[in-house]
Amino acid sequence: MRDKVIEVSNLQKSYGSRQAVQGVSFTVEQGEIFGLLGPNGAGKTTTVECIEGLRKPDGGDIRVLGLDPAQDGAELRQRVGAQLQESELPAKMKVWEVLDLYASFYRQPADWRQLMESLGLQDRRNARFEHLSGGQKQRLSIALALVGNPEVAILDELTTGLDPHARRETWTLIEGIRDRGVTVILVTHFMEEAERLCDRIAVLDSGRIVALDTPAGLVSRVEFEQRIRFRTDAPINEELLKALPDVKQVHRSGTQVVVTGSANVLNDVVSTLARHEIVARDLRVEQVTLDDAFVALTTGNGHNKKSVKEGVR
Amino acid sequence: MKGLAKLTLNEMKLFGRDPVTAFFAIAFPTLLLVILGRIPGFSEANPLLGGRRAIDLYVPIMLAFAMGMLGLQSLPLSLATYRENGILRRLAVTPLRPIKLIEAQMQMNLLMGLGAIVVMLAVGRIGFHVSLPRQLVGFVLAFMLMAAALFAIGLTIAAIAPSGKAASAGGTFLFFPLMFFAGLWIPRAVMPATLRQIGDFTPLGAGVQALQDAAAGMWPHPLHLIVLAAYVLVFGAVASVVFRWE
Repeated sequence: MRDKVIEVSNLQKSYGSRQAVQGVSFTVEQGEIFGLLGPNGAGKTTTVECIEGLRKPDGGDIRVLGLDPAQDGAELRQRVGAQLQESELPAKMKVWEVLDLYASFYRQPADWRQLMESLGLQDRRNARFEHLSGGQKQRLSIALALVGNPEVAILDELTTGLDPHARRETWTLIEGIRDRGVTVILVTHFMEEAERLCDRIAVLDSGRIVALDTPAGLVSRVEFEQRIRFRTDAPINEELLKALPDVKQVHRSGTQVVVTGSANVLNDVVSTLARHEIVARDLRVEQVTLDDAFVALTTGNGHNKKSVKEGVR
Repeated sequence: MKGLAKLTLNEMKLFGRDPVTAFFAIAFPTLLLVILGRIPGFSEANPLLGGRRAIDLYVPIMLAFAMGMLGLQSLPLSLATYRENGILRRLAVTPLRPIKLIEAQMQMNLLMGLGAIVVMLAVGRIGFHVSLPRQLVGFVLAFMLMAAALFAIGLTIAAIAPSGKAASAGGTFLFFPLMFFAGLWIPRAVMPATLRQIGDFTPLGAGVQALQDAAAGMWPHPLHLIVLAAYVLVFGAVASVVFRWE
């Protein structure tokens, strides 16, 4: 069993009368990429801000590397690197100056020149912050989170506002961080991002954890339902498909057919069509993704809650 | 280099990269001094000014101009922008405490102000035979108190202003009336008594009078030093209570 790097138990935090975080508990193990996923206002940022020591919790207990962020802030900040949501740098500072300055804050900083190179900022070393592209700003921000040689890196909404290409590049960088043995907490509202990067994900909603599992585990919690769309050259007899055991529903409008059903529905439908020598054109299968799991788990679409097998294990 | 010194040096570099502020704080008042010195009569003893020359009085006024720009414009603009852009928050998750950035900003602006003294005294001495301050200790004390008072007010502006733009507007709004009482348009020596008495209780009015007295060889009047110290205490306290980090 690996070391527990972060332990959060029964975390509580309110702003005035609004309870932002209500009894959140989880642990993060060494070398893990742990995701905090949830809709806006779910309490993700408040949770990481308590872990970073930026905010004092109203209740509960937090241990990061055995330290209490509210008590041992100075030691914590030496060992935890953070990237904040929507934080800028002085517009006229150059890339190398930012790295050089931030490195000077730490007891045992990383070699910022090497960091600059590995994050692909070498060509922009003399560029001012105001002249960097969105992706370059984010890479610099990651570099700053790592410049203190941290044991834990907390990355909040890292890829928000990036184009898909820059986003994928950033993901590769985060995998690189994990490979250095750094434990990562990743706050995001992109399912694809969480699915690709995280070893485990805590789904937050209205200040509570509604599920905590691996990405695959989260998907498997949602009733496995498939939807098949296709077109036929001539209208078909719906009853043909409705008779199949795994088919729940068939919708037909003209030559467009939509079939919903459980696990084996695709196999059944395709073989039935083949037997009757009907050609299915533009056949598309829509599977349950983490997106569906997310929508089902969070209150955004309350009626979907029924299809979740279970809550927190 | 580590810590505060490195941060201050960095703020200096950034100051140099913002030509507008740097121009209005240092070059503009120096230029104004040169232009005023070339006005016929400004370099001659004037009985209306108690036998002093107008240019002698304008060296301290231009110092107040420079320090006013630094304390009321440069300092609050930088700090409010740093807060607006989340830079203070970003620092809060590093081992450096964000208050160090405020200290670095004050150090940088003070160093620029001291630079302005050297430039103005040199221009006055070389260009217009303005003698160096005769009561040097009083002159330095008056300048430091004036700088501290302006910083305290600047910090209060930065504390209240919701954005860099608002801080800049607030600083400008204060700067011109305060410069009026400092004697930018009419030197205090020829101001109506009522205006001069009001001016005694403004930071730049008290500051300029103290500097002019010390330049002429007198110890600054205690009233002006007390007024400046009061601004430091009151606005320093307000800023430290009101200032928000995010």
